[in-house]
Amino acid sequence: MSWLTEYVRPKIRTLFTRREVPENLWQQCPACEQMIFHTDLAKNLKVCPHCGHHLRASAQERLAWTFDENAYTRIELPKVPVDPLKFRDSKRYTDRLKEARETTHLDDAILVAHGTIAGARAVVAVMAFDFMAGSMGAAVGEGLVAAARLAVLQDAPLIVFTASGGARMQEGAVSLMQMPRTIIATRLVKEAGLPFIVVLTDPTTGGVTASFAMLGDLLIAEPGALIGFAGARVIEQTVREKLPEGFQRAEYLHEHGILDMVVKRTELRDMLARVIDLLRVKDREAA
Amino acid sequence: MPHFLDFEKPVAELESKIEELRRMSEPDGINIAEEVAKLTEKADRQLRATFAKLTPWQKAQVARHPERPKALDYIAGLITDFTPLAGDRAFADDAAVVGGMGRFHGRSVVVLGTEKGTDTESRVKHNFGMARPEGYRKARRLIELAGRFGLPVLSFVDTSGAFPGIEAEARGQAEAIARSIEACLEAPVPLVATVIGEGGSGGAIALAAGDRVLMLEHAIYSVISPEGCATILWRDAAQAPLAAEALRLTADDLIRLRLVDDVIAEPLGGAHRDRDATLHAVSEAVRSALTPLLSLDGPALKARRREKYLAMGREALI
Ligand SMILES: [Zn+2]
Repeated sequence: MSWLTEYVRPKIRTLFTRREVPENLWQQCPACEQMIFHTDLAKNLKVCPHCGHHLRASAQERLAWTFDENAYTRIELPKVPVDPLKFRDSKRYTDRLKEARETTHLDDAILVAHGTIAGARAVVAVMAFDFMAGSMGAAVGEGLVAAARLAVLQDAPLIVFTASGGARMQEGAVSLMQMPRTIIATRLVKEAGLPFIVVLTDPTTGGVTASFAMLGDLLIAEPGALIGFAGARVIEQTVREKLPEGFQRAEYLHEHGILDMVVKRTELRDMLARVIDLLRVKDREAA
Repeated sequence: MPHFLDFEKPVAELESKIEELRRMSEPDGINIAEEVAKLTEKADRQLRATFAKLTPWQKAQVARHPERPKALDYIAGLITDFTPLAGDRAFADDAAVVGGMGRFHGRSVVVLGTEKGTDTESRVKHNFGMARPEGYRKARRLIELAGRFGLPVLSFVDTSGAFPGIEAEARGQAEAIARSIEACLEAPVPLVATVIGEGGSGGAIALAAGDRVLMLEHAIYSVISPEGCATILWRDAAQAPLAAEALRLTADDLIRLRLVDDVIAEPLGGAHRDRDATLHAVSEAVRSALTPLLSLDGPALKARRREKYLAMGREALI
């Protein structure tokens, strides 16, 4: 396997998240507008203790919350061609990338790590909404493919946390082709008999929803997460109707049979551990 | 009265002059035939000059030309014994996705297309080519049917994108598109897709993740419409011409990016100016794309298709 030698040089980058000292000790909940003290917010996994609103989280926070002891090993993702279209609008795409890299300290909108969840090996890919709205270009596609291959290699389930505004326009049709590409990634995992679990977080829309994100063996969403294909504004302009209450929210999708469950962030790790354990009977019998 | 695009005005003027002359009775001292020949040559030159350097935005106009042959025209022209099949077996038959069985050069095939319609009534019926989940679920069903019986799949893509509607979302538009792409990728039979007009985003790739993807010379294929992209990145839909340029959505661009496999030349002035020639060119191009695939078995086709799409974005880009 040439891919192995070329690719699994898992640089151990992060064993646990750096404890960031917030600039403001108090943060306002965007839903109920009450102030939350930073330690309370951190303790509660960024869920508002007053109203239960799930605030957006960084990709690193997600990894820490998901793995045992908040410990995981990130793998370095293969490089992809930069700016295939030489795209520019008011800014060059390369400049937008540079800025995003500087502000997020990420290479692109996805992180891939492995570790254990309740003692069982797991590979987790997390999309970073902070990085150009989590948009999917070649790098995100490559990240998904790498995560799938790592899962197969480690005989571990793949869990993907989505958070994305959709395709990365600046990569044009290259980003469109990440839809089939990431769907192939899901097939690799499924054909190896491994669980592929998607956790949809706020927001997940466009080409990400319409590709790998909807193809999980299980689809789990966080409460209140916006999940859909078309943008609400585009729909409103097209149908000239007021959108129903709670439209495209996790609970709405659950009611419409699109998701398996809506799970609170504070209960998510336990739920992931449970479903993985329930699904992997064959492995235990083989052992 | 044919429909002329803005940038075709000089051609339109010449052609209407020619028409006028033809209708005239022989006036004194003018040789009409000679004059018509002269003007025709001029119009031809003008058309050639215009189409030799179409901007991406102008190509988008040609790709969306109301008289351009639509999916059902290709099905009527290329497929004999066409037997339409309907429905997603769950909710409805979506007329934005047309499909069925038939024969292509004598061979049994499954054919699929996104159909925009040709007049007001049919445009409404086909929802302007914007499919709902039922359409993509029908596509998936027909691709799976093709797989079961070893029939190649031919698809003709022409859509501005999936329908953005409340009900469409409620019934799982995203899931339907994802499953349709998956069906294309998993098909144990050859799948040749042709982008005949507009290849709009997820709604297009849903029927086009094939072994060979062809594009008509003036078709466009993009992750977002130029107008949509301009609205988001330039905050002004009027900047669509700039967005069209930036998105690299022409057939030449997609060939250069190695995202499609072949370009089918169109008659001078666009596919609609000579429908028979267009249908013939597409028929031949699809046949040559399909023929080498027929000797491959299901696993080989799937493996090759995977390799093809896995490479997109990893390597070999300009
Ligand atoms: Zn709150």
